[in-house]
Amino acid sequence: MTAGAIVYLEDVTVDYDGFKALHHLSFYMDRKELRVVIGPNGAGKTTLLDVISGRVKPAHGRVIFGHHTDLTTLSPDRIAALGIGRKFQTPSVFPSLTVRDNIALSLARPSKGVFASLLAGDGRDDRERVEQALETVGLEDKAEVLAGILSHGEKQWLEIAMVIAQDPELMLVDEPVAGMTDGETARTGELLLSIAADRSVLVIEHDMEFVRQIARTVTVLHQGTVLCEGPVARVQQDARVLEVYLGPARESAHAGR
Amino acid sequence: MRKREALAAALVALGLVVVLPALNALPDGAPLHVSNFTLNLFGKFLAYAILALALDLLWGYAGVLSLGHGVFFGLGAYAMGMHLMLEIGAQGVYRSALPDFMVWNQVTELPLFWRPFKSALFTLAAVVLVPGLAALVFGFLTFRSRIRGVYFSIITQALALTAWLVFNRNELNLGGTNGLAGFKTIFGFRLSEPATQRGLYVATAVALVAAWLLCRFIVGSRVGKVLVAIRDSETRVLFSGYSPASYKLFVFVVSAVLAGVAGALYVPQVGIITPAKIGVVPSIEMVVWVAAGGRGTLVGAVAGAVGVNWMQSWLTTSYPDLWLLFLGALFMAVVLFMPDGVVGAASRGATMAADAVRRAAGTGGTRALAAPGAPGSRMAREP
Repeated sequence: MTAGAIVYLEDVTVDYDGFKALHHLSFYMDRKELRVVIGPNGAGKTTLLDVISGRVKPAHGRVIFGHHTDLTTLSPDRIAALGIGRKFQTPSVFPSLTVRDNIALSLARPSKGVFASLLAGDGRDDRERVEQALETVGLEDKAEVLAGILSHGEKQWLEIAMVIAQDPELMLVDEPVAGMTDGETARTGELLLSIAADRSVLVIEHDMEFVRQIARTVTVLHQGTVLCEGPVARVQQDARVLEVYLGPARESAHAGR
Repeated sequence: MRKREALAAALVALGLVVVLPALNALPDGAPLHVSNFTLNLFGKFLAYAILALALDLLWGYAGVLSLGHGVFFGLGAYAMGMHLMLEIGAQGVYRSALPDFMVWNQVTELPLFWRPFKSALFTLAAVVLVPGLAALVFGFLTFRSRIRGVYFSIITQALALTAWLVFNRNELNLGGTNGLAGFKTIFGFRLSEPATQRGLYVATAVALVAAWLLCRFIVGSRVGKVLVAIRDSETRVLFSGYSPASYKLFVFVVSAVLAGVAGALYVPQVGIITPAKIGVVPSIEMVVWVAAGGRGTLVGAVAGAVGVNWMQSWLTTSYPDLWLLFLGALFMAVVLFMPDGVVGAASRGATMAADAVRRAAGTGGTRALAAPGAPGSRMAREP
């Protein structure tokens, strides 16, 4: 494990017309760590990803990527180029392109400018990277199919493959198993664990069963700040967590067992 | 499949660039002779086809619907028109070095911005640069502010209305409502000569082929895929590390330049350009051509522009009152029954027929195994 933080948020506040989606939030993640963020609706989980990926600019605070890159001044495409990939909650793929083209477009490249895209084709190396990403998520057989006709679960995997193709150092994953069958959920968990072998992965999740499958460290957000942080077992016993979040969720978690 | 498509395109290009003007050069009364009138009409259609290609590149691929492309067409047309006005020199009605409408408006000196248009070279550069720069500034401001979808269409519509109002004003010294007309020569060649008109036709046909090749190159490169991706999910494109605004700006500028070139080729063949050609209504008519032909196919845009205008020239001579009704009905029919236009409907019909033939031939054994992939690959082949 390499030393140092992959991402570091310091005293971040996001203000939506008076509503503090994040409120003096400080958050720290190690390199090659798999972190799960949970919390009730409106706790600021997705806003946390928005801030890191550049979709939302905080009113206050710093967001440091790697050693000293401040992300708060950069646009989302620049942040993506730096090595932060994001998987959205609802599958976000390009339905009129083939699965292969979806991944090929996402590949990390020296330049994603207009003129580079106009003149440079895909080399053998690029095609191999596409194949690898296809294999990782098990969509080799559907490479030539239009992404629009994939099932919901397959679209989720395709988007994960697209983010893998970006070769990010940090991968942000927003509720990857929402709407998936149990079998698909288990497979997605294995997939995320294998991805986390060489990258940092930050996952937002509601499904406690799934959280227990993949989580090492869990961060609980509540009203825009960190309520508590630690191993799943300990977080589940925390009185404050039980009060704000696990209380209602615990019954459904028990029911699922 | 690819090869056959290229062959078909090459044959059409050969027919348009070489065969049609050669038939026109035959003596009157010879079999297969193409009249000057017909050739001139086709020259106009082909200029419109370039304009439709420009619109299809923007709308069909990037999903950016401009309802103001008449403006860019008009900028190219007026640039060429100004040069042609100055070529008239003292041959006008008032025997003045100034264009007639300026004498009429009691302008005594050629306005400053008219002067460089005496140069043919400057004019040719302006035909490309003026619409290009206008699109660069307009596109930069709108795409940077993340104006998209319907809002972009409305703003371009407003642009067309504004341009129409401005060009109608006599104070602008561009001929007001009457526009620019009465041209005598182009680069020294008399416009009344059939040979000049034939040359203009050939130039237009060559420009159309070049524009088509340019568009093919763009949509065949990774830029084309990024454009389709922008149409599908602009957010995903952004978070994949591309700047959608830059891509849209690029394709908007290319599209505007093509529209300007179309305008410049239109003017000497039709002999007049007025604000009525650059306003809201013509800007929407162009969209109908592309929709009718089939957007996102390039071929459809060309077919739509030529087909709809051919029908228009026939209907407006035979039943002048019906044209606008017909255009409206055509648009509704396309939207309701052929959302991918004539070309889309034809290619869907062709693949269905091919599948039926294959199934009837009984080669279904291996295909049945590939069934889950089959519909996808079939759709992938469709443009």
